[in-house]
Amino acid sequence: MVPRPFRLVGRRQDTTDTFTVLLEPTEGDPLGFVPGQFTMLSAFGVGEVPVSVSGAAHVAGPLQHTVRDVGAVTHALSRASVGDVLGVRGPYGTGWDVAHGHGKDVVFVAGGIGLAPLRPAVLEVLSHRDRYRRVVVLYGTRSPDDLLFADSLADWQGQGVELLVTVDYGPPSWAGRVGLVTTLIPRAGFDPKYTLAFVCGPEVMMRRSAMALVERGVTPDSIRVSLERNMRCGVGLCGHCQFRELFICVDGPVLSYARVAGLLGYREV
Amino acid sequence: MDNSSEMILRVAGLQSLIDLLRAQAWVVVGPTVRDGAIVHAPIESVDQLPRGIGDLQDGGSYRLRQRGDEALFGYSVGPQGWKSLLFPSRELLWSGQRDGADVAVEPAVVDPPRLALLGVRSCDLHAIAIHDRVLTERAVPDAAYAARRDNIFVVAVTCSDPGGTCFCVSMGTGPVPDRGFDLALTELLDPAGHRFLVVPGTARGAQVLDELRALAADEAAMPADEPDRLAARDVGAQAALRMGRALDVDGIRDLLYANTEHPQWEDVASRCLACTNCTLVCPTCFCTSVDDVGDLTGSTTERWRVWDSCFNTDFSYLHGGSVRSSVSSRYRQWATHKLASWVDQFGTSGCVGCGRCITWCPAAIDITAEVAAIRSRED
Amino acid sequence: MRTIEQYLPDHPFFAGLGADAMSLVGGCAANVSFAADEFLFREGEPADRFFVIRRGRVAIEVHAPAAGTVVLDTADAGDIVGWSWLVPPYRWLFDARAVEATGAVTFDGRCLRDKCEEDPRMGYELTRRVIQVMSDRLVASRVRLLDLYGAAGAGHAAPR
Repeated sequence: MVPRPFRLVGRRQDTTDTFTVLLEPTEGDPLGFVPGQFTMLSAFGVGEVPVSVSGAAHVAGPLQHTVRDVGAVTHALSRASVGDVLGVRGPYGTGWDVAHGHGKDVVFVAGGIGLAPLRPAVLEVLSHRDRYRRVVVLYGTRSPDDLLFADSLADWQGQGVELLVTVDYGPPSWAGRVGLVTTLIPRAGFDPKYTLAFVCGPEVMMRRSAMALVERGVTPDSIRVSLERNMRCGVGLCGHCQFRELFICVDGPVLSYARVAGLLGYREV
Repeated sequence: MDNSSEMILRVAGLQSLIDLLRAQAWVVVGPTVRDGAIVHAPIESVDQLPRGIGDLQDGGSYRLRQRGDEALFGYSVGPQGWKSLLFPSRELLWSGQRDGADVAVEPAVVDPPRLALLGVRSCDLHAIAIHDRVLTERAVPDAAYAARRDNIFVVAVTCSDPGGTCFCVSMGTGPVPDRGFDLALTELLDPAGHRFLVVPGTARGAQVLDELRALAADEAAMPADEPDRLAARDVGAQAALRMGRALDVDGIRDLLYANTEHPQWEDVASRCLACTNCTLVCPTCFCTSVDDVGDLTGSTTERWRVWDSCFNTDFSYLHGGSVRSSVSSRYRQWATHKLASWVDQFGTSGCVGCGRCITWCPAAIDITAEVAAIRSRED
Repeated sequence: MRTIEQYLPDHPFFAGLGADAMSLVGGCAANVSFAADEFLFREGEPADRFFVIRRGRVAIEVHAPAAGTVVLDTADAGDIVGWSWLVPPYRWLFDARAVEATGAVTFDGRCLRDKCEEDPRMGYELTRRVIQVMSDRLVASRVRLLDLYGAAGAGHAAPR
């Protein structure tokens, strides 16, 4: 329950309110994790937040977290500069089980900052590109200014990823798509019978996307979603993140849609 | 344990037990009367026990009463379980010291007191066992709880006069202690005199009895005979017949899951104040939050774990709003967790039938009545 | 390039429509193309057509003083643009602009409406398909009203 000190070795402003921090432990081994896991990230004296890892799991390098500045702790994190020390606990939770997609099409559906937790999974798949058939990334965000990881997206296309991007609102200069991310699902080239899909974003977006995938013919047990609840401890002790019988920090955040589809239908569970 | 290790203690013998435990460096914590309630406190003497005191409990109501006898354990459970001793409401997790850009983090040192808990009811023994499961048998256990838990000596007592809100019989958790104790007492008040049948539950407990045998005066501590055992058995049997409440637990997990949407949740929400009393007095509620505390210069930081409650709006806070903003959803969460999802999570119910949530609810909300209402109006 | 009659049955909007009905609607169709930034139609004009997009991209947009132009939706190959021809007062309520060079099949709305009146079975079938498109777009618009990715719905794992 005690955070390890990590030093900020790099920082990138991704959009007006979203930034990425690169962290290295002040001593000891780097943090091992699997794509989809999160850590509890501390700004000392302010507090702690759960943040998914957004960097590659399979290559050595600093721990990457992509954070949106929406509250007191994330604001304090946004003000940290290179050389500062932050606290890291974890990694915690379940990951994206990309290996179950071997020999299949893999489809990533990302909404907003939901692309950040998916990024390590996409990188993992691309590091073993030959084990998968088609790789599709469907990404919806608010506006062209909110697009994350633009360099990565271009790289992925170069590595044979079918990338479809859409925004909620676009200026006339935006030549891309405008519309909800779910509208990309019927257009993408994948075989629903042999597909493993990973969905991450706001819960309403994930519910709609999962429904659209099922409509296309993907079975609910071939769809993964990453649920978000108030996580304070990361190890199932504090009780905050309960989703009926699930501790989202331990049993999730990544869960099979087949497991949670019914529960997602109830309000305020 | 074979019968030969059982003993009869007179009140003076109980004092000898307290003296012996204290001599073995245990802090004896037992029931006392304070502010019109039975509360746990360190004791040295049987004279500090609530002699002749009973209680009257009902929904939203708790009063002590004079029993008109000499009983030392003639009350049912008070507002406090033993939770606050093993799982304090506020506990330091770590502290950090800033030195330039660096921060040195030191885990809190746990130095658990050696506590001998005197007068633990069966419901609370089961509650402790549930906390053991929830807090220690996990991938990342609560080390501070485990350390405290390893430093207690438990003297249980058979519940002889259950309260008006008790339903341990429904939950299979009482009234007779069946496990989780070093020694178990049954208080006997009959023509044969005021005395206690003592049964060891552990080798450590048996050893204490052996030492007590050597130590106490002959008339204060003596071998138990068959009539004593029969009388003690009768105390438990009679208590089991006097439960103030009952809860039909048949299929209760599926019942509550199937009624996630039920008008009764709105009904109870119209009465519930979301005051969190039920979760504070519940001996199994374990939810916590953390507070980060820093000094003004930012050079030191402390993280404290504090009790939290699923009835607080902030409990389910998620960037800009709460998942469970309605009181109905929060009551549903609490009751469903306690009686249904707890089974999936930990293999047992989270309710031990102690009745505290009923007694200490200012609106007299009764979980047994709410479940019965759902059962009777099931679609 | 294939003829309209060859192309239309493959378009998702017409998929499964019978050959008779197909030849009926085909009689109202013509090929059109638009250069980038050319308008298919403008707000307020009579809505006497609709478009089946074959290639390119069309932006549905609105212009407001000071706020400027906002693109509300886009339509790509396989989509249709325009349903105001089917609903009184038959006027366009938004602008439709080709984002890039765009090819489409355009249908004469009045011609189609007349044929629907004459052949209610085909009219129902066509209306049903337009309603499907309208419904999909309405649902997507409603979800976007939530501004899910905005500050209030901050997305993933950044709660405090």
